[in-house]
Amino acid sequence: MSDQVPVTELISPIRLEYRYTPGKESSDFLRGIKEGRLTGRRCPSCRKVYFPARAVCSMCGEAFTETVEVKDTGTLVTFAVVNVNFANRTIDLPYVAAEVLFDGADTTTSVLLAGVAPEDARMGMRVKAAWLPREQWDHTLANIDHVEPLDEPDIPYEAFKELV
Amino acid sequence: MRDVAIVSYSQYTSRREDTRNEIEFLLPVVKETLAPLGLTTHDMGFTVSGSSDYLAGQSFAFVSALDAVGPWPPIAESHVEMDGAWALYEAWVRLQHGDIDTALVYAFGKSSPGDIGRVLALQLEPYMTTPLWPDAASLAALQARALLDSGKASEKDLARVVARSRRSAQDNPWAQLKGDVDEAALLDAPLFSDPLRKHDLPPVSDGAAVMVLAAGDRARQLTANPVWIRGIDHRIDSHALGSRDLTVSPSTKLAGEKAGVTPDIDIAELHAPFSHQELILAEALGLDETRTRINPSGGALASNPVMAAGLIRIGEAAKRLAAGEGRRAVAHATSGPCLQQNLVCVLEAEQ
Repeated sequence: MSDQVPVTELISPIRLEYRYTPGKESSDFLRGIKEGRLTGRRCPSCRKVYFPARAVCSMCGEAFTETVEVKDTGTLVTFAVVNVNFANRTIDLPYVAAEVLFDGADTTTSVLLAGVAPEDARMGMRVKAAWLPREQWDHTLANIDHVEPLDEPDIPYEAFKELV
Repeated sequence: MRDVAIVSYSQYTSRREDTRNEIEFLLPVVKETLAPLGLTTHDMGFTVSGSSDYLAGQSFAFVSALDAVGPWPPIAESHVEMDGAWALYEAWVRLQHGDIDTALVYAFGKSSPGDIGRVLALQLEPYMTTPLWPDAASLAALQARALLDSGKASEKDLARVVARSRRSAQDNPWAQLKGDVDEAALLDAPLFSDPLRKHDLPPVSDGAAVMVLAAGDRARQLTANPVWIRGIDHRIDSHALGSRDLTVSPSTKLAGEKAGVTPDIDIAELHAPFSHQELILAEALGLDETRTRINPSGGALASNPVMAAGLIRIGEAAKRLAAGEGRRAVAHATSGPCLQQNLVCVLEAEQ
């Protein structure tokens, strides 16, 4: 046996296909964003507006009761400068992965920051969504290609520190 | 041992649930279970769930589901990648510690988004068995064939199990498959996975089950009809299908002995997703159908939300004892291929 090459690896292909159900809350959001509308949902208990809405408020365990229009302007709450691309991503390096608090929402959303050099990105800066051309809109947050700086005064850290 | 009782139970089951996601249908069941007790999640000493992310095809789906219980400020919680019956076991052990008096147990799962037969192949021994992608029905059929060839059961016995399930399920609002069916007519149906026919298989179901456990006097404070867990045990057979005698279930037999199953059982809820498995389980637990009502809910042949179906057996048995339909019940849950893992729970109504 000692002269035999040990088996150290076997390849066993795995593939499963699923028919995904976004659920009622996500479906409402996805229908809205296809039309260019940003909608959040307010928790009746803590009054926070989730954007995009989850199934229920993850703090209170309550179903949402109220739809709130969210604007496509917001505040850069935190960010990371990315210098290594993930597999299958082809964005020019370096890029800025941002967490943006869109106006009217109480939760942040992950988007790309562009239109500014990575070294000039800063927490608290005001940003605005850059949408894909209308004919490309679909049921996805990717309709917002990225956010870019908005010429407004920065928001003080104290106003959003809870989200960092 | 500390006496622990089931004090509240609710469930939800449907065919393919296209509108709501798991969290959206779990939330109302949690509320429905807590409401009669006048309690909230934050009154629970411990929260534990059972589910499998492979059903949803999403990593950490079980963490998302915590949204449905409102986990802020932080709660003490745990999760088992098992049927909710094993979550109940963990809650029961946790209550034995003596420092808490209540626990919330929940289970949920959608069998419909993927091909459940293939999804379940991922729980098999990964080197030699999973690469063959044997679907759950084919494996069950191997077991059924072994049982028939052993002479311990006939195809008529399988049809009898299905017909009783369909008849009993007529009173179960959550049952998907029910009706007054003729045993002989069942045998005229074509074979699906020889020797099993389509009706020997469970339906594809989505669903959730939620339960509150309480210890000792706390249970009596919360309800006039606590259902006491007199014994609970779970055991496992070999992972290697080829090394097992598939016509018997030694792990069920042992778990039943440890849990204290005796012949004086009024109601048995056995988690047998395939008809022939009910016969194997009844034998392992020494149940006599002339003495014990077996699967009065219709069992998993009537509805089978994977990961909740075992906890539902315990809930169904408890519900009937609380309603005065009997004094002692046995509830069973299974997991793994061909009844590989088994949990047995003996329940008693308040005297």
